[in-house]
Amino acid sequence: MADLKQEIQTLRQKKAKLELGGGEAAIEKQKSIGKLTARERIHALLDEGSFQEYDLFIKHDGRDFGMEKKELAADGVVTGTGTIHGEPVCIYAQDFTVSGGSLGLQHARKITKIMDIALKMKCPLIGINDSGGARIQEGVGALAGYGEIFYRNTIASGVIPQISLILGPCAGGAVYSPALTDFVFVVENISKMFITGPNVIKTVLGEDISMEDLGGARVHAEITGNAHFYALTEVECFDQVKKLLNYIPSSNELKAKAVEPAEPVTELNIEDVVPSDPRQPYDVRDVIKCITDRSEFFEIQELWAANIVIGFGRMGGQTIGFVANQPKVLAGVLDCDSADKAARFIRFCDSFNIPIVTLEDMPGYLPGVDQEHAGVIRHGAKVLYAYSEATVPKITVILRKAYGGGYIAMNSRHLGADSLFAWPIAEIAVMGPEGAANIIFRKEIEGAEDKDAMREEKVKEYTDKFANPYVAAGRGFVDAVIEPKETRSVLLQALKFAETKSEDRPKKKHGLPPF
Amino acid sequence: MEEKINGKEWANFPLEDDVYKTLLTKKFKNREVWHKPVVGEILSSLPGTVLTVTAIVGASVKAGDLLLIQEAMKMQNRILAPFDGVVKELDVKEGDKIGKNHLMAKIEPK
Repeated sequence: MADLKQEIQTLRQKKAKLELGGGEAAIEKQKSIGKLTARERIHALLDEGSFQEYDLFIKHDGRDFGMEKKELAADGVVTGTGTIHGEPVCIYAQDFTVSGGSLGLQHARKITKIMDIALKMKCPLIGINDSGGARIQEGVGALAGYGEIFYRNTIASGVIPQISLILGPCAGGAVYSPALTDFVFVVENISKMFITGPNVIKTVLGEDISMEDLGGARVHAEITGNAHFYALTEVECFDQVKKLLNYIPSSNELKAKAVEPAEPVTELNIEDVVPSDPRQPYDVRDVIKCITDRSEFFEIQELWAANIVIGFGRMGGQTIGFVANQPKVLAGVLDCDSADKAARFIRFCDSFNIPIVTLEDMPGYLPGVDQEHAGVIRHGAKVLYAYSEATVPKITVILRKAYGGGYIAMNSRHLGADSLFAWPIAEIAVMGPEGAANIIFRKEIEGAEDKDAMREEKVKEYTDKFANPYVAAGRGFVDAVIEPKETRSVLLQALKFAETKSEDRPKKKHGLPPF
Repeated sequence: MEEKINGKEWANFPLEDDVYKTLLTKKFKNREVWHKPVVGEILSSLPGTVLTVTAIVGASVKAGDLLLIQEAMKMQNRILAPFDGVVKELDVKEGDKIGKNHLMAKIEPK
């Protein structure tokens, strides 16, 4: 007969051994490059004492190449449940100290088990990626494992928030799980993410590139747009994750938790932020600071496609998704990347019941052979699709320029804006005055003795007639022309009014967004 | 085109006859400049290794004649003459590792 006290001792010993993962030497190596262990990461993220581990005693599936004799602690991945800010989350962290965090079938099954729980309980899923890739000794079993994870990422998309932390290598097929999730976090010098690594590129193509230059944190934060948050240390990254979870609901059945409303605290004067001359730059984030509670703004993808700004802020205590053209960068044009960035964010907000406030000041689309050939038509269409499709409250403020296709795209009345306001310096027109005058009055300008004087006169004529918000307001496309100082109170009221919004769409399996 | 204010390089950025003061992104500055394709220039469509060269400078070729074999992405790609002509230039030899859009040969139409 078993003795309970003795069995408890045995359990503790077994757990202690398995919790060491790959052993002390491997842990030391992990730490020597600035990385925490899988368990330390989980404990740093979750509320203290809230972690309940699953499947610590799992056995791996390797039957060949001597793998059958090897023991892999927890099969290289720590999984379980816990809470962050008291709210339940499901979490997994690959353990690089165990066989390089390689993914075999049981390793994957542990992950899919926790994903199934997250989907059933409707709570966010957090995945910490730190793995050398597929466990080659297990062959197709490892591939099956990846596929089962991707399938669940897709099914859970738009139902529960899915968050990926890249805290080590994440290469080959493994990258597609993060790519299917909502938010990807990277850390300088630690994250390495690519489909084919430097070795393969060197062999096949003869190109010499380091892991960092190919798929390091900065590359994904600035060039590819694969990452949404960039941090210098793991600790900073965990703070970003916790902050993000504060702004978003735990599932698509809930609204984001409201907090105590508060007034903006910025010393900026909203009337001084935006220059009246539509060609002069400013930082649109300063406008956001003038209207959000406590002047707080949590920016997403700050470094990539900076010509559009996206992120969360609060108004009246409620989470709001902000989409704003950034005149300071590339004049705030829409291009392939910025369209992609905005459209994806709009769809996230729509999936998770977060109202969208659009601040518009843009001269149109970026011209160029590279843009046309990269498919700016297809990418630009994503913005139209995302705004039109969204049924959450959608409110637009036209701060200054709203020209041409950009006017339509940035949540215009025509795409279903619930309320649309414009500042008195707004210019809502097909194009800027210079370009328009050159086309409309070409004959007059060319026939004039003093061409420049005539051009100037005609630009002024056009500006007086069209470069204002009143033509659009006269057609009912703008609901009200407001003073900049009224922006916050007008938005608060419009958001309050839209709380009961319900809008139906025709029944369909799904639409075809221009992927 | 760019001027420095407070350590930042502000550009005068023309769009439809209006000129905007703005910052440029690294990606925009590094964008690929388009070149008009030249008839008869055979460019590599993938990076890879040249396995065999059968074309000879000065020789006549018929449309569909094998010029060279380039291995790229584990496939041996047969690079063929696009039309009847004369091989004017040959810029690869066996064993060369070449990038994408590398000029491999020039054919002058007959």
